[in-house]
Amino acid sequence: MERIADPVMAYRLRWKRRRLLHRAFRKRRQLATVADRTGRIGPGDILAASTVRNEAIRLPYFLDHYRRLGVDHFLFVDNGSDDGTAAYLAQQPDVSLWSTPHSYKLSRFGLDWLTWLQMRHAHGHWCLTLDADEILVYPYHDTRPLPALTEWLERAGAESFGALMLDMYPKGPVRSQVYDAGRDPFEILCWFDSGNYTITRQEKHWNLWVQGGPRARLFFADRPRRAPTMNKVPLVRWHWRYVYVNSTHALLPRRLNLVYDEAGGEKTSGVLLHTKFLHTIVEKSAEEKRRREHFANSALYDSYYDSLMENPDLWDPQSTRLRSWRQLEAMGLMSRGGWI
Amino acid sequence: MSVGIVMLVHTAFGRAEQVIRHWAASDCPVVIHVDRRVPAKTYNGFVKRLSDLPDVAFCARHRCEWGTWGIVAATQDASEMMLERFPQVRHVYLASGSCLPLRPVQELIDYLAARPQTDFIESATTTDVPWTIGGLEHERFTLRFPFSWKKRRWLFDAYVALQRKLGLKRRLPAGIEPHMGSQWWCLTRQTLSAILQDPERATYDRFFSKVWIPDESYFQTLARLYSRQIESRSLTLSKFDFQGKPHIFYDDHLQLLRRSDCFVARKIWPYADKLYDAFLTDEAGAMKRAEPNPGKIDRVFAKAVERRTRGRPGLFMQSRFPAAAQENGLTCAPYSVFEGFSDLFENFETWLAKMTGARVHGHLFAPERAEFAGGHGTMNGALSDSAKLRDRNARAFLSNLIWNTRGERQCFQYGPRDKRAIEWDLATDRNAQISVITGAWAVPLFKSNLNFADIRKEAARLQKVESAHLDVLRSQWSRARIRVWTMAEFVEAPMEPLQTVIDEIGQQSARGLAEVPRMTDLTGFGQFLQNLKNQGMHPYLMGDFSAEPMVEASEPARKPYVVK
Repeated sequence: MERIADPVMAYRLRWKRRRLLHRAFRKRRQLATVADRTGRIGPGDILAASTVRNEAIRLPYFLDHYRRLGVDHFLFVDNGSDDGTAAYLAQQPDVSLWSTPHSYKLSRFGLDWLTWLQMRHAHGHWCLTLDADEILVYPYHDTRPLPALTEWLERAGAESFGALMLDMYPKGPVRSQVYDAGRDPFEILCWFDSGNYTITRQEKHWNLWVQGGPRARLFFADRPRRAPTMNKVPLVRWHWRYVYVNSTHALLPRRLNLVYDEAGGEKTSGVLLHTKFLHTIVEKSAEEKRRREHFANSALYDSYYDSLMENPDLWDPQSTRLRSWRQLEAMGLMSRGGWI
Repeated sequence: MSVGIVMLVHTAFGRAEQVIRHWAASDCPVVIHVDRRVPAKTYNGFVKRLSDLPDVAFCARHRCEWGTWGIVAATQDASEMMLERFPQVRHVYLASGSCLPLRPVQELIDYLAARPQTDFIESATTTDVPWTIGGLEHERFTLRFPFSWKKRRWLFDAYVALQRKLGLKRRLPAGIEPHMGSQWWCLTRQTLSAILQDPERATYDRFFSKVWIPDESYFQTLARLYSRQIESRSLTLSKFDFQGKPHIFYDDHLQLLRRSDCFVARKIWPYADKLYDAFLTDEAGAMKRAEPNPGKIDRVFAKAVERRTRGRPGLFMQSRFPAAAQENGLTCAPYSVFEGFSDLFENFETWLAKMTGARVHGHLFAPERAEFAGGHGTMNGALSDSAKLRDRNARAFLSNLIWNTRGERQCFQYGPRDKRAIEWDLATDRNAQISVITGAWAVPLFKSNLNFADIRKEAARLQKVESAHLDVLRSQWSRARIRVWTMAEFVEAPMEPLQTVIDEIGQQSARGLAEVPRMTDLTGFGQFLQNLKNQGMHPYLMGDFSAEPMVEASEPARKPYVVK
């Protein structure tokens, strides 16, 4: 009932959404087409959209994983890579690629570009919005591909699907185990924090704010409010009028953020296994610190980058080793909900 | 040949074809109804592909929108065709394109041949079963439903409300008692033909054509008029989720479906290759004459409903975040909170751990850090002892701790020196068992090496905090199991309360306390309190201690003894 009682906020957010859509529309000129294969997108296809920069090492496994789950077409924006990412992506038969040298931060961390692409190509499709270091798993993902999930969500009347981002890390200093492109990253990154997440509800957009994990434990223990946000809504049945507000943590219209049950029940949800902590993190952190493109007020995160540049060990005796989605489900990091 | 299959198809034609061929291979005639909304091209292709099968026929097409008359009309036409064209058919089995036979067809034929007069149709009166979703039970039959529920929900609801308000009611045709049940039935020729050839059929059809979801009530009601023997159950395994939508079966349900011993299951996901491969190969050797028993797998579905509607108590996650007062428990298991015990007893924590086998923490909400058992920096689930992380969301810290240690009893100390943000959550949590020795915070001050002025100030502060805390514990909203003793009471007779709290944890041996904790030496404590009083600070929470040296406290060592 409260939800109906805030028409003023609803109206303001409607204008905010329109503003963001317009912003994406203006940014369309920043994108140069490298390979446009969107003509191959068929009705009912599942799409994935992502902005990448120097992710050549992660992309083979990324594409592999999502193809296996049943993603039919990928929409990539390459933001000035110099490690062959663009050439690699341009060769893939199910990838459409755009490139831009413009500012990642000024494009709301790539979202403006993706919003424009989604507006044009994702309308009416189930669409994943991901970073290259996010690997989605959900209940039964090993036996039921994404079309089974999206069909089930649709029947249950859901338009969006929530996931917890789970930072995966190795045992020992992050740089000590070298990852080769294409391999399963979770052979190395097989540890995670299973039970230190805290949640608050954000009234403005109705989304949850989940914080926790190894970065909160190690780098933000003295200022927990700054700890990274771990909730995401990566999978949405897209409409051209939808827009992500803040990374993929929240969307407008805000009903899409209600991926959780408030009456005590559990909705179906997944986990985004985060492959950030491959050995490349140390160099990448140095670069990110220098570029100041990843946070709205980057200076606040200098000490965080400094810690990452020191080749940290995120492992703890209480870390949990990844085994299967059933383990994640039993631990309460995701839920089958009513899906059997 | 005794079984004919009436099949309603509207999608996944490839799978439907596979199943039709499976039925036909065992000489079961099949009459197919294809939804009129299916494009002509698809329909014609489908007919053509099946043209090599002699005992497969297609009947006139109707629009089959969910919850409308079209499905019944389709079933009627197809059934009529079946009875007319295939006179040898004794039982007619109604199936859909997404139904999958789980057992060899011959087993079904034999099963029905052994029960030649039995109609298998789930059929119950509206008053007897709580199946319906959305509150329409008997009103399904007495109101009118001209608007689509799926496409015009608002009009549907408004019109129902209007009819209720005006008291409009349709009259039921004479002689029928409304029954409902699963759409998927298996009727004998006698019963089915009696329904279809009833002189009153026009009346019934007119009535049911305006009933809500007639496919779940038309045959279910009319079969009651003619059947000689009704088995009120469906031979088709079909399970519904909490929204009333049918569950879909996937490859990983292979074992589950096998276990049910049912003849047919729906709905099968069209891409479940493994299921189709496994069940559409008749293995003559694999026959087991078991009675269909969907009850065997009911638990799985009941648990899913429970998970979706009630969830796991004490779990907070990205898809379960109950609003305040709907949590169904902040924590997932009972735990114990001890206030003042570790001040009064020197080795309380180790003693408690030894006696109960529980995990005994220090002051989890201490201002400096969470004092986990064993002094560890992290607990199960990599929960950190950092005070700042903990205080960012003390509730979540507590529920996480209890959730992460499921299966192991947790105990911790609490007192007026600790962070107070958690006290309401403790007091209102049904799982909390809080035992308080009031005034015991004075013992560390008594033993301390502080200046008396500082002691006086600190004592005044702690007394104020504890007094407010006791008000919280005693408030009308508190739900925890709370026991409060004054320190004087406790010191007078410590064994009984100790026994009580140990019993509550319920993990020690039945023989009583083999060992008691060592009480700190209280010689001079009475005088200490008197000194505070003399300075104008009246400590009252610890009860009455005389200023004279206490008899018990002056004994050199208390002998352990056993309380029964």
